[in-house]
Amino acid sequence: MSALVSLAAACVLAAAALAGAAFPAGRVALGQVLPILAFLCFVAGVAFRVLLWARAPVPFRIPTTCGQQKSLPWIRANAVDNPSSGIGTIARLALEVLFFRSLFRNTQSELRPDGRLVYTPSPWLWAGALAFHGALCVILLRHLRFFLNPVPAPLIALQSADGFFQVALPALYASTFVFLGGMCFLLGRRLVSASVRYLSLPQDYFPLFLFLGIVATGLWVHFFEQSTAAPAKELALGLANLSFARPPADLPAVFFAHLLLASVLLAWIPGSKIMHMAGVFLSPTRNLANNSRAVRHVNPWNPDVEVHTYAEYEDEFREKMKGAGIPVEKETK
Amino acid sequence: MSEPAPRFDNPAHYKPEDLGRVDYRPPATPWIRTPVEFKPGRFLVPAKEKNLKALGLPNPRVWSPTDADWKLPPDWKEILLKGLKDRLDRFRSLRVFMDSCVRCGACADKCHFYLGGGDPKNMPVLRAELLRSVYRNEFTAAGRILSRLSAGLARFAGNRPLTPDVVKEWFYYFFQCTECRRCSVFCPYGIDTAEITILARELLNLVGCNVHWVIEPAANCFRTGNHLAIQPHGMADTLSFFADDIETITGVKVNYTLNRKGAEILFVTPSGDLLAEPGTSTCMGYLALFHELGLDYTWSTYASEGGNFGLFTNNETMKRLNAKIYAEAKRLGVKWIIGGECGHMWRVLHQYMDTMNGPADFLEVPRSPITGTVFENARSTKMIHIAEFTADLIHEGKIRLDPSRNDDVRATFHDSCNTSRGMGLLEEPRYVLKSVCRNFFEMPENTIREQTFCCGSGAGLGSDENMEMRLRGGLPRGSAVRYVRDKFGVNRLVAICAIDRATLPVVCDYWAKGVSVSGLHELVANALVMKGEKKREINFRMQPLPKQALEGGASAHA
Repeated sequence: MSALVSLAAACVLAAAALAGAAFPAGRVALGQVLPILAFLCFVAGVAFRVLLWARAPVPFRIPTTCGQQKSLPWIRANAVDNPSSGIGTIARLALEVLFFRSLFRNTQSELRPDGRLVYTPSPWLWAGALAFHGALCVILLRHLRFFLNPVPAPLIALQSADGFFQVALPALYASTFVFLGGMCFLLGRRLVSASVRYLSLPQDYFPLFLFLGIVATGLWVHFFEQSTAAPAKELALGLANLSFARPPADLPAVFFAHLLLASVLLAWIPGSKIMHMAGVFLSPTRNLANNSRAVRHVNPWNPDVEVHTYAEYEDEFREKMKGAGIPVEKETK
Repeated sequence: MSEPAPRFDNPAHYKPEDLGRVDYRPPATPWIRTPVEFKPGRFLVPAKEKNLKALGLPNPRVWSPTDADWKLPPDWKEILLKGLKDRLDRFRSLRVFMDSCVRCGACADKCHFYLGGGDPKNMPVLRAELLRSVYRNEFTAAGRILSRLSAGLARFAGNRPLTPDVVKEWFYYFFQCTECRRCSVFCPYGIDTAEITILARELLNLVGCNVHWVIEPAANCFRTGNHLAIQPHGMADTLSFFADDIETITGVKVNYTLNRKGAEILFVTPSGDLLAEPGTSTCMGYLALFHELGLDYTWSTYASEGGNFGLFTNNETMKRLNAKIYAEAKRLGVKWIIGGECGHMWRVLHQYMDTMNGPADFLEVPRSPITGTVFENARSTKMIHIAEFTADLIHEGKIRLDPSRNDDVRATFHDSCNTSRGMGLLEEPRYVLKSVCRNFFEMPENTIREQTFCCGSGAGLGSDENMEMRLRGGLPRGSAVRYVRDKFGVNRLVAICAIDRATLPVVCDYWAKGVSVSGLHELVANALVMKGEKKREINFRMQPLPKQALEGGASAHA
């Protein structure tokens, strides 16, 4: 049900774009107004949320330690999974952000009929997620060619590397297939696994269907509307330079669907779980060194609390202490 | 006449073949529409009025989780929402963890309660959603708009308003989490359910929903210095009994002092070590080792608790209880502190103490008077773990050991949640264990070190009325113990945590019969060759030593 509603929402958006592209005003709205608004929403929203996180203090140093601590010199410490230094922490965070270190640990548990629990390494989620995110990164970089003139050499190099397996025109990009593979895995897993389906919300499916729509419309334009590249670049450059000439007339309707779905996704990010892209950097269990016994961590709101003092304790138990031969501070109250 | 059937708080009430078959199929209704059901054996009794009053905690009253009306304060909703807002502003962890989860479910089958019970709300992701659903509804723009448009739509998107039923659900599930952090190891964003549970319990405390097994020890600790309400003369008696037993075992009369000013070192251990087997044998192990070293140390009756049930209450209570350790170190004028074998105690000492009650600038950086080793890793807190201390002693060859005295023990090591995932104390206890026991076997790698499984009774869940959940939560650990029992003949689970020593005997007896539990320093003391000792015939449990040791005598390690 959650998945169907999300799919329907994505389809409605695509259909609205296809319809809207028939009108000149619709083309302005879809091609210029909404993308700019979405971009502003994205930048302001992400900044707002990150500031909200950053403004909240970190009262305690609570890294999740995943390896041997640094203690005695002859015991080898795990400098990355249990970092005691800033460099180690940066390495840990880099592994987490770039290679999804923690997800790589994933195991699949199975309760055998004899009551034995067994765990097998399960790198599939890790592989699917890495494929999805890595390919998305390449695809986004490739799209920069529409916004930059001239296109910087590294981008051209990336694009030709990505299109290495080109067999015919138009180019086939490896990243497209990797991305689709990763996304289908993530979506399929959500739908097939009973437990993951049970915990999934509509907002877990919605961005996946948006991506699916964006890829589908993008591929459509790429293969069947090949003359789109030049006017698309004209429009994109206009957006990048904030010069809003009327959108080129030869842009196909499906291009506007591509643009609308991408705009909706962009605007969707700040209020959604996609903020995990920033959250991972600010997670106190991952971005702090495990050195809390060596270096004092300060809590800015460390509360003043009422304690039960030794004097109060001795006052209550003095006679018993004396009877048991335990030294006391005062002989009488 | 036949015996009455065992009650729900007795492990015999549950058949292993029933608990061992877990149904992981989620219910037909979405979780947000599935009400919580309080069944005996699966929840804890509430905190008593007198203990809440002793700690000055809100809303003391008589109530039961099975009551329809929980007698929440009239403005309970405002209290909770204000409390949540306040914590969102004070804990970055909470904000980031509320906003960042993608519900990938990698954490799901990492929780011992989910693995042993199959209740989907024990998947860490859904446990957090119990709070997140209210957070989104009340504290995010989209959530607020959605809830105003339609309550049904909001619910469909996983958002919901705060109702008494939600409070009941929080109580049930946030006291079905042992704050073990295993899920946090696997989460790609490091979302730590322990942190969420800690803060959710703080919220529940605001309206007087806490459990007896947490609040009574905390109240005891505030007044008497320890969870078990052992008064100073009682502690003196206990240590004196231990000294007598040690003399019976070794022929050596051990020296120790209580509340002695001018000692070099203060020793603090969980009070559980003073109360019951097998912790008491470990406590005797500390006494024997420190005596053999001639260590200039003292016990304290005022700071007679290393554990801290304030951690399971709220951060203010944790600070109030923990304050005694530095206060006592200062009063006695010691130079530094050693802490005994305990789990959550070390979470507090390692990750919270210095921040809350430091800086301990009146103490000196710990330096072992026996080996000269300076513990730079504790140069700010001035407190080291006894496994660090003993590992250093053995490595530097400062104690004589006869591991053959433990030849009847085929040991495996249970990493405690907090020392492994909140500290990283993995190799020190293993080094000590392998030095004092010649038969050591690891459990499967997904069940040890940072992936270790909880005993199922930590964080205040270890009370008998919660027996079904304890046994279910103990299934993953029990299964791994049974595996090494069957494969290697393991008969001893060594644990450096007082709650483990108190509750894993139940879990092992249920899931891996024949495996007993002990602390590390019990085995150290067995192997320790003491100056002036008589020929040893019994071990620190007063059982005969194995034949090899009786015949061979001391084959010293150092």
